[in-house]
Amino acid sequence: MARLESVRMPLDACAPSSASSVPVATVTSRHSAFVRVTHWITTLCFLALLVSGVEIVISHPRFYWGETGNVLTTPLFKLPIPSSRTLVPTGYGYVLPDQNGWSRYLHFQAAWVVVLTGLLYIISALLTGHLRKNLLPGKADLSLKAFSTATANRLRFRRPSEAEAWSYNVLQRLTYLCVIFVLFPLVIWTGLAMSPAFVSAVPATVTLLGGQQSARTIHFFVSLALVLFLLVHVVMVCLAGFRSRMRAMITGRAGPHMERT
Amino acid sequence: MTDLSRRKLIVSGLAATAGVAGLGVAARIAQKYGLVPPDHAGLYGPGETLTYASQRLLTRHSLAREFPRTKISQRPLANEIPPLNDAFKRLQAGGFADWRLSVDGMVDRPASFSLAQLKSYPSRSQITQLQCEEGWSYIAEWSGVPLSHVLDVVGIHPQARYVVYFSIDPGWWESIDMEDALHPQTFLAYGMNGDELPVGNGGPLRMRLPRQLGYKSVKFITNLTITDSLKGFGKGLGSASPEAGYAWYAGI
Repeated sequence: MARLESVRMPLDACAPSSASSVPVATVTSRHSAFVRVTHWITTLCFLALLVSGVEIVISHPRFYWGETGNVLTTPLFKLPIPSSRTLVPTGYGYVLPDQNGWSRYLHFQAAWVVVLTGLLYIISALLTGHLRKNLLPGKADLSLKAFSTATANRLRFRRPSEAEAWSYNVLQRLTYLCVIFVLFPLVIWTGLAMSPAFVSAVPATVTLLGGQQSARTIHFFVSLALVLFLLVHVVMVCLAGFRSRMRAMITGRAGPHMERT
Repeated sequence: MTDLSRRKLIVSGLAATAGVAGLGVAARIAQKYGLVPPDHAGLYGPGETLTYASQRLLTRHSLAREFPRTKISQRPLANEIPPLNDAFKRLQAGGFADWRLSVDGMVDRPASFSLAQLKSYPSRSQITQLQCEEGWSYIAEWSGVPLSHVLDVVGIHPQARYVVYFSIDPGWWESIDMEDALHPQTFLAYGMNGDELPVGNGGPLRMRLPRQLGYKSVKFITNLTITDSLKGFGKGLGSASPEAGYAWYAGI
């Protein structure tokens, strides 16, 4: 129980929500088992989707807007990389090895796993109160002052307070909510909008986006946003203490967050 | 405590048994209703099966999007094709007058059609998108005879489940299930944008399957075989695509 005492330590201004949201008497682990399991399944799937997605893009590193696009039409933009297909004029004198077959198989399999895991996560998050307690910002959090303090602390790369080892600060909460309820749904939607069979059943999936090539372009940018999130997330984990944060997400135990290595 | 954990053990044991049995039943039902693709084995089999099964259920009666004439691409891209063989070149020299489409397998009346015969059947057209797995696409007006009409002419057996179709290029063949084969937008296409189908786009005869990616719309079709099992074709994975590492079902 000694460890739990630390939660009651004076809290700094950047994490006012943690005072009310850490149920001191009942806390047994930093992250519940369902959060930890879905976190790591999602991580694996995202990496698989990223690698296979890059391979698929390489076969046609040009992007268009609207319904159709090909090498005879003007692209919105081109990626300055060589292609894995001879069809695409890239300016490079060589063609990369074609990896589309397994990449597509892997991309869609990982998409299935991550979508099912995501659904399970959302349902559990609603049922267990994870969404309300840990993700939705508290009222105090949403004041301009609390917000700017949290932002300033992040921008100064200040280490998170002891309280923050037990609870997400407001910036974290808003970022995670955005990833879970905006970026992931958008990347799934734009992915489905590229499926000729799926859009035959639900045409609005693609018409609302302005066409299949628009969907592909948006899919690319949302993926970039998710990669950006991943990078910032990993940097933040390192700043907060890589070992303690990893331990918390693997075993659920949150030790003293200052590392003495 | 012991009682509790014993009860837990029994309950989870029963749940696991029920789960495994449930999966077994699900697999049998899926097989029965044609929800299992021929490339269901292997590392990516589960994802492939989920995609095929769910899209089969979702797209049972759906039509591929059709576009207004104004959306037709100015220059329909003729993507690269493998070098045409001598057999093709001979037929091309004769203006494709001797091009034949043979239909065999589980049919009452095996037949061999000339292009003129195919064109004598009611012609249909559709303005649909051709979408390549690489990422590019174009819209064209395709005209041809619905595959279902040709299947009616030859009379397919009730136990038929797949149509296997072959290009004049011997390495190039695909197959589709009966749902796609009888779908009103599945064409044996011989025309594009009001003209003969150019060789670069698959002329004189190509499959058109607008609810799947371009690689299922095989060019230069010369033979259809109707079958109840894909085991005897190639490596038994359904088509040349899985043998080259690509999914058999390309509705994704």
